[in-house]
Amino acid sequence: MNALRRHRALTRIWASEPGWRGWFTTVNHTDLGRMFMLAAVVFFLIGGILAMLIRAQLATPRSAFMGPDVYNQVFTMHGTIMMFLFAIPLFEGIAVYLLPKLLGARDLAFPRLTAYGFWCYAFGGSLLLVSLFLGVAPDGGWFMYPPLTSRASSPGINTDFWLLGITFVEISAICAAVEITVTVLRYRAPGMSLSRMPIFAWYALVTAVMILTGFPPLILGSILLELERAFDMPFFVTARGGDSLLWQHLFWLFGHPEVYIIFLPAAGVISTILPVMARTTLLGYGWVVAAAVALGVLGFGLWVHHMFATGIPHMALAFFSAASTLVAVPTAVQVFAWIGTLWKGSPTLTLPMLWILAFFATFVIGGLTGVMVAVVPFDWQVHDTHFVVAHLHYVLVGGFVFPMLAALYYWMPHVTGRKRFFRLGETAFWLIAGGFHVTFLAVHWAGLLGQRRRIHTYDEGQGWEVINLIASIGGFATAIGFALVIVDVVANAAMAVRGSRDPWRAGTLEWAMPTPPPAYNFASLPQVASRDPLHDEPELPARLARGEGYLGDPSRNRRETLVVEVASGEPAQIVVFPANTALPILMAFVTGGIFLGMLLKLYWLVPVAVLGVAALVARWAWSLGSTREEGPQDVGRGLALPLAAEAADPPGWWGTRFLLLANVTLFGSLLFGYAFLWTVAPGWPPAAYLQPGLAGPALLLAGIPLSVGGIRMTDRALRRGRGPWIGLVLGVAGAGATGLAATTLLLGTAHDAHAYDATVWVLGGYVLFHATLAGAMTLFLGARIAAGYVTGRRIGEARIVRLWHDYMAAVALLGLGAAWLPGLAM
Amino acid sequence: MHPAGPAAATIATLWWVMLIGASAIFLFVMVLLVLAFRRAPAPQAPAAEQRQERIWIAALGLGFPLAVLSSLLAYGLVVGERLLPRPASDVVTVRAEGRQWAWSFSYADAPGRITGDVLHVPAGRPVDVQITSADVIHSFWVPRLAGKLDAIPGHVNVLRIEAWAPGDYAGVNAEYNGPGYRGHVFTVRAHDEAGWGRFLAGGAP
Repeated sequence: MNALRRHRALTRIWASEPGWRGWFTTVNHTDLGRMFMLAAVVFFLIGGILAMLIRAQLATPRSAFMGPDVYNQVFTMHGTIMMFLFAIPLFEGIAVYLLPKLLGARDLAFPRLTAYGFWCYAFGGSLLLVSLFLGVAPDGGWFMYPPLTSRASSPGINTDFWLLGITFVEISAICAAVEITVTVLRYRAPGMSLSRMPIFAWYALVTAVMILTGFPPLILGSILLELERAFDMPFFVTARGGDSLLWQHLFWLFGHPEVYIIFLPAAGVISTILPVMARTTLLGYGWVVAAAVALGVLGFGLWVHHMFATGIPHMALAFFSAASTLVAVPTAVQVFAWIGTLWKGSPTLTLPMLWILAFFATFVIGGLTGVMVAVVPFDWQVHDTHFVVAHLHYVLVGGFVFPMLAALYYWMPHVTGRKRFFRLGETAFWLIAGGFHVTFLAVHWAGLLGQRRRIHTYDEGQGWEVINLIASIGGFATAIGFALVIVDVVANAAMAVRGSRDPWRAGTLEWAMPTPPPAYNFASLPQVASRDPLHDEPELPARLARGEGYLGDPSRNRRETLVVEVASGEPAQIVVFPANTALPILMAFVTGGIFLGMLLKLYWLVPVAVLGVAALVARWAWSLGSTREEGPQDVGRGLALPLAAEAADPPGWWGTRFLLLANVTLFGSLLFGYAFLWTVAPGWPPAAYLQPGLAGPALLLAGIPLSVGGIRMTDRALRRGRGPWIGLVLGVAGAGATGLAATTLLLGTAHDAHAYDATVWVLGGYVLFHATLAGAMTLFLGARIAAGYVTGRRIGEARIVRLWHDYMAAVALLGLGAAWLPGLAM
Repeated sequence: MHPAGPAAATIATLWWVMLIGASAIFLFVMVLLVLAFRRAPAPQAPAAEQRQERIWIAALGLGFPLAVLSSLLAYGLVVGERLLPRPASDVVTVRAEGRQWAWSFSYADAPGRITGDVLHVPAGRPVDVQITSADVIHSFWVPRLAGKLDAIPGHVNVLRIEAWAPGDYAGVNAEYNGPGYRGHVFTVRAHDEAGWGRFLAGGAP
C-alpha cells in the first residue's frame, strides 16, 4: 500500500461527515479543537467590546453614557466572559487540538466526551449571552458575593443566569480535564516515557489536575447559592445560621487556582516556543516541570489572599501572605530558565518571539505588583481599587493573552498549512503591546490615587480625569490592534501561499504530519527515543506516511490508536474509538434542560431532563465494546497487543478515577462548608439537631457491606467464569439500603429552617444520588453481562462499577456520619 | 497618597520601598533579556549546561527570590502588627454600620448618640472602629487615614484609625454593593480636644 492509498483509506475511516452535518456529529479532536478556539475567540471579542464600553464610560467624569444598572451588568459580564468563556475554553481548545499531535496519538482519550464538553460550553455560554442581549445579565460582580446576590438583594433572574450558565460551562472544563489527564498519561507514542514528554504536555497535565480539584468548590458554591435562591435554603443568610463568608472561601478556593490554571498553559506555550526560536533546547527541563508542579500545589494555598480585608486574624493572614509570596519562587525559576535558554541559544526576533518578549515585560511587572498586594498592609490600602484591576490585567493579559498570541503565530502554519504573507501582525503587535501598557500603567496610578473599582462614574476635581482619558485612549489603541490581528489571520489563512511542513524547524511531533493536519494525524505512529524526535530523524514524517510506524495498516477498518504504560511509554493496548455521532450534542441539549428548568422555575423539567440524560448515558455506554473476543492484534513492527476492552485497566477506568477525584473535591468542599458554618457562622447552634434514631444507621451498616461485597463477588465470579448474579443482586440491595438511609436525613429535617438543616439536606441528597447511581450502574452491568459484553477477560466495566460502589460507600459513611454526629453528641 | 494618619503613613512608606525594589528587579530582568540578543550563543555541552542550570535556576531562580521575599515578608509582618488595634489608655471606640447605601455611626463614649454619614472622632488619638453591616457586604475605607476592612453581616471587624490633625477626611465604601455603590460615601470629622468634648456633650460640634 503506498502513502496516497493509505491516506485515502485512513481519511475514509477518520473523517467527519461532510457539510453542515459534520459540525454537529464530529468527534474528531482537530475539528473540535478548532471549534473550541473559534468560540473562545468570539467570546473574547464580545468581552473586548464590553471592555471598550467600560473605558468609554470612564473616559470622562460624570459620564451620562451608562447608568449604574447597565454599567454593573457590563463589568460583571466582562469579567465573567473573559474568565469562564474565553480563557479556560481557549486552553481547552489548544489542548484538544494539540495534545494528541504532540504526544503522537490519533485522538484524545474520549472523543465523544470532547464533543459533549464543547456543546455544554456552547449552550451554557449562549445562555449568558441571551441574558446580556435581553438586558438581564448578571450584575453582582464576577465573584458574585452574597448577600448582594441573595434573593433579598437581587430578586431578578440576573444572578440565576450566572450561577446556572457558569455551572453548565464548567461541565465542559471537567470533561476536558478528565480527557487531558488520561490522554497525557496513556495516549502517547511508544517510547515516549514521562521524561521524554513535550514540556507542554506536562503543563497541560498539571493544569488539568488543577481544574479537577479547583473547579468543584465553585460548582458547589453555585449549587448552594442557587438552592438558597430557589428553595430558600439559608446557606448564606446570617439570621438563620448561614454565613456570607462561606461563599468567599468556596469562590476563592476556586478563584486563585484559576489564575494558575490560566497561567500554566501559557507558560507551557512559552516553554515550547521559546527554545525553538532560540535554536536550542529548554534549559533545566526537570526544574521547569518541578516548578509547574509546585505552582499547581502552592496555587491552592493562597486563596485567602483575596480576603485580607475580611477581618481574618493577622497571624492567619501572615501564613497566607507567606504562601502568596512563596508562589513567586517557582514562577521565578521558570522565568530565569527561559532567559537562560535565550542566553544558551541564538534567539531571533520573529513575531512569536516578539510576543514572548511582550510577555516578559508585562508579566514581570504583574508579578511584582502581585508580590506587593500579597503584603497584607499594602493590600488593605489598595484592595478593591483600580490598582488591583491593573495588577490582574497585567498578570492575565501579560501572562495569558500575549503568550496565546505567540502561540497563534507559531501554530498558524500548522492549522492552515500556509506561510504568513501579509505582515499586519507586526503593526498589531506594537498597537496592542503599547496600548496595553498605556492603559494599565494609568490604571495603576488611578488606583493609588484612590479610584475604587466598579464605580460607574466619578466627579471632577479628584485629579483622575487626565489619567482615565489616557487609559481609555490606550484601550482603544489595543482594540484596534486586536482587530488588525483578526484581519491578518483571516487574510493569511485564506490567501497566503502554501508553506513547508516544519517552518520553524521544531523537534516535536506535531510537525511530523502534513499541514493542515489530516483527520487521522499520523498515517502510522512513531517510535520515540528523545524529546525532539524530528531533530533525531528529519525524514521521520516521510517514513510515517509510508506506514513504517505502528498501526499503519488500515485494513481493520476502524479508528485505532495505541495506549502506553504511564511511566515507561511501552506500548500496552490498542484503543478502538467510536465513530461520528450526534449523541454528544443531543446529550448536551438534554443536559441544558436541567439548567433551563432551574432558570425558568419550571421545576418539573429538571427530573425529566435528568432521566433523559440517564437514558442517553446508557445509550452512550452501551455502544462501546464488543461481544467478540479478539485476543492480541498485530500493530506493526512485529508487535501484537490486546484491545483496551480486553484489558483490566481500560481508559474508561482511568477516566473514572479522575472524575472521582473531582467528585471527592466537591464532597470535601461540602464537608468543609459544614464545618465552617458550624464553627464560624454566628447563628449557631440551630434549634434542634437531627436525632439519628435506629433505622437510618441500621440501613447504612447493612447497605455498605452488601454494596461493597456484592460488586466484589460479581468481579470474582466473572473472572472464574461463574454466574455473577448473586453478587449483582446483593450490590443493588446494598445501594438501595444506603439510599434509604440517606432518605432518613431528608425526612428528619426541614430544608429551609436553618443552615444546619439545609446542609444536612444537601449531604443526604448527595448520598442518595450516589446510591441511585451505583444501583443503576449495577443493573446496567447486569444487562451488559447478559448481552455478552462483559466476561472474565473483558472485565473493565465491572471494575468501573466497583469504583462507584466503593466511592458511594465512603461518602455515605462520611456524609451520613457527619450529619448524625451533632445529634449523637448533644 | 497623602497620608494624614500613622497607619496610612506607614503604608505609604511601605509602598515607596516596594516600588523602588520592584523597579530595580524589573530593570535587571529587562537587561538580561536584551543581553540575550546581543551575545554569541553559549557552548552546548553537558558540562556547560550543568553550569548554566546552576547559575540561572539555582542562583537566580531559587536563591534570589527567596532572599528578596523573605525580607519583604518580615517587613510586611512588622508593619501589619504595628497597624493592629492594640489596647491603649486613650483609645476611643466607635461603631460603624453599613447598609445599602448609607452609614450610621454610634459612640461608646456617648451612648444613644447616632450620626448618619459623618463619623466624629478626636484628632491625635487612636480610634477603634467596630465595623458591621445590616444587609450586604460593604467595606469601610478612609484612604488618607488607614487601609480598609469589610463590613460583613453577622460579624464585627475592628479597624484602628488615627488622624493627626483636625479636619474632614473623605471615606468611601470599597466593596461593590449594587446600584448605589458610587454614592455610598461618608466623612470622618476629626475634632480638636474642645470640639470632641462638645460633641460628646451632645452639642453641635
